[in-house]
Amino acid sequence: MSPTDTLSSSGEVSPQVAQIIRKQRLQDFVFEHTTQFFAFFVLAALLGILISLAVAAWPTLKEFGPAFLWTVEWDVVDDKYGAAIAIFGTVVSSLIALLIAVPLSFGIALFLTETCPVWLRRPLGVAVELLAGVPSIIYGMFGLFIFAPLFAEYAQPFLAATLGQIPVIGVLFSGSMIGLGMLTAGLILAIMVLPFIASVMRDVFDIVPPILKESAYGLGCTTWEVVTKVVLPYSKTGVIGGIMLGLGRALGETMAVTFVIGNAHKLSASLFAPGNSIASTLANEFAEASSDLHISTLFALGFILFVITFLVLSAAKLLLMKMEKSAGTKT
Amino acid sequence: MNTVAQHLQGTSPLYKKRVRQNSIGLTLSMSAMGIGLFALIWILGVLLWKGFAAIDLNMFLESTPAPGTPGGGLANAIVGSFLLVGLCALISTPVGILAGIYLAEYGKVSKFAGLTRFVTDIMLSAPSIVIGLFVYAIAVATVGNFSGWAGTLALSLIAVPVVVRTTENMLNLVPTPLREAAAALGAPKWKVSLSVVLRAAKSGVITGILLAVARVSGETAPLLFTALNNQFFSMDMGAPIANLPVVIFQFAMSPYEDWVSLAWGGALLITFSVLALNILARVVFREKVQA
Amino acid sequence: MSEMEMTNLKNAIEVRNLNFYYGKFQGLKSVNLNIAENKVTAFIGPSGCGKSTLLRTFNRMYSLYPGQRAEGEINLYGQNVLGPKQDLNLLRAQVGMVFQKPTPFPMSIYDNIAFGVRLYENLNRAEMDERVEWALTKAAIWGEVKDKLGQSGLSLSGGQQQRLCIARTVAVKPKVILLDEPTSALDPISTAKVEELVHELKTDYTVAIVTHNMQQAARVSDFTAYMYLGELVEFGKTDEIFIKPKKKETEDYITGRFG
Repeated sequence: MSPTDTLSSSGEVSPQVAQIIRKQRLQDFVFEHTTQFFAFFVLAALLGILISLAVAAWPTLKEFGPAFLWTVEWDVVDDKYGAAIAIFGTVVSSLIALLIAVPLSFGIALFLTETCPVWLRRPLGVAVELLAGVPSIIYGMFGLFIFAPLFAEYAQPFLAATLGQIPVIGVLFSGSMIGLGMLTAGLILAIMVLPFIASVMRDVFDIVPPILKESAYGLGCTTWEVVTKVVLPYSKTGVIGGIMLGLGRALGETMAVTFVIGNAHKLSASLFAPGNSIASTLANEFAEASSDLHISTLFALGFILFVITFLVLSAAKLLLMKMEKSAGTKT
Repeated sequence: MNTVAQHLQGTSPLYKKRVRQNSIGLTLSMSAMGIGLFALIWILGVLLWKGFAAIDLNMFLESTPAPGTPGGGLANAIVGSFLLVGLCALISTPVGILAGIYLAEYGKVSKFAGLTRFVTDIMLSAPSIVIGLFVYAIAVATVGNFSGWAGTLALSLIAVPVVVRTTENMLNLVPTPLREAAAALGAPKWKVSLSVVLRAAKSGVITGILLAVARVSGETAPLLFTALNNQFFSMDMGAPIANLPVVIFQFAMSPYEDWVSLAWGGALLITFSVLALNILARVVFREKVQA
Repeated sequence: MSEMEMTNLKNAIEVRNLNFYYGKFQGLKSVNLNIAENKVTAFIGPSGCGKSTLLRTFNRMYSLYPGQRAEGEINLYGQNVLGPKQDLNLLRAQVGMVFQKPTPFPMSIYDNIAFGVRLYENLNRAEMDERVEWALTKAAIWGEVKDKLGQSGLSLSGGQQQRLCIARTVAVKPKVILLDEPTSALDPISTAKVEELVHELKTDYTVAIVTHNMQQAARVSDFTAYMYLGELVEFGKTDEIFIKPKKKETEDYITGRFG
């Protein structure tokens, strides 16, 4: 007895089918709103973070005002704080990381998309992605126990002897060489961020229509010229988006940096000197923070970090979306 | 002056320069790949070497030792991590999948859906330490003590965006005619979404969950302010609970050799699990694509 | 325009002044025609003429997409399916559809057939087995799959998958079956099997088929509608349309002068 058997006679449906239809309507309604609720969950989390951090940070912001952002001070005993050291450390270590990771990523992306023999492409691509999967605390341990001593013994004297002798930039490579410090943090961060940026660049290079590349090769261009003059300009927006994504990650990275940045509340011109980033300050001091103002200050640092990364990641996302639209595909 | 003949024969100075540039560029790019590989092998190699030295049966049987005392293991941390990550997976899987279904099947191009997608992508890369602070403010400070539940909540906030994004992407890959075919039989929308579309995207969705789990397994920062740590064996989620990442952090930064050695052992365990999950996710996904 | 020589044919579907819009673009213009019960009606015309659009109004498939709307009347056995109170799921259980590419669900062959039936009927195991066998037999594929009902629908060949989809549509016993270019993705042998099937289906069902292959229309249908740029240009018995079309545009298309 199918629902349609009744149709030809009167155009009305049997009661059991009517009940099924009513049940279906209810089920659809409940399902749609349940899924919508969970989608809202993510939005709520973001709002929650912004609000709760701002509220918890308020005492500090009220106490020190906007000067908090550029005050160079961190006195736990007297309860006097400034965010400048931490912000400086965060920004500088991330910039060093990008300076190193971006050219390397470009090289890797070029290699994987153009020169690498086809059978090797997937295994190497997988290797790059595995590098991205290694938990950051491993990088921290590697940095502290293996890299830093070697860096102090070989690399730092070398740098001090060469670049350290040049008049103005020499200052960057001066001071005691203990292996822990801003430069080391930047280097470890570079290795961490490298796989992310390389993957995005490779994906973005892959979207370039083969016809475009073939036209360039057809004119007699070398591989290097095809990539730098055709592929890169075409995928420029996506590449920048990928770099900013890497920047966003580097800014917020905690464990890799905490192990090797030296944890000193000092601002120094030398890259060899230890310092602090926002994340490392939080990781080291939160558990033992005693005074209310100290805790509130740490929240304030967290708030600042969140705002900075939010802005950088939003810009990256917008750029990548623009690239998707013009290429007609999803990244 | 370069004549056409010279150019065609490849002997003109301009051509030679281009070829040289090409060789240099390609060599540099290959070296970049080499550097990346070298870093990977070096780090994993060190991890294996130092971690293996620490691994013995005791590591799995005994709990973390007091400062300065020899022996001990990571049993409490291992169990704690299982609990934290396992519960996180239980929570974030349904939340993430349902939200992903909403974005792919209902919200689609609406403003609300667009905003949710944007925010999800931001949360994907947000600093995990900030999430730890947030959960501290709402689940630890309010209650008065650190707890495993707070830790699970923090991990879920990191895992959910991953699941949402992969679920939505996988659902969008399901061809429209399949949806229409189910609708053409008179199936209500919820049934189309769950019984047909989600099922068709099943392996991709599972991959997303595995990747999310792999990601949170290695997260330390959010646990620092939520689950904290516990020197003893405990399965009480209402109190601080031991977990591998925080134990590694504390032990590695300490001056005790035994602790540092245990830290390496723990690091090896975590890395091994994370990489295994990643590879498993890949295998699961590839099998379906070939079917 | 409904110049048809009617013998006492009952109409399953009557279309009156149908206009269809994709946003601002008008895809169908003032279409009027009748689909006769237990006959095969074919829709032909060049790409973009609106034949698939028209087919998809019969089961309101377009309602899945905001921005697409229809105006006018489509009477399914006297009931206007374009009416606001029309329950879409129920409509689609009465008007089945087979698509251009085979769309087996990611489940076993048995479950593919049972899926639609389970939506509206409560059959026990024995009754369901019987219905599944009946549907697969009707689709002329029972012999090929009866020993592997538990295997995935995706394990069949393209032609078999399409016949599976037809079996799935038939299993819920609809009044009308819509076929949207059902053989365009199939090889010639599978195409022949499906055409044979269409011929048999019409004893129990009303069939409307869209095809870009004129010879196919000539082979399988009783009535043919020729469409161009959203308008119904000519409609009539298949023999008449192909041998002696009334309009010059129809003749031009059929003789291959354009399209």
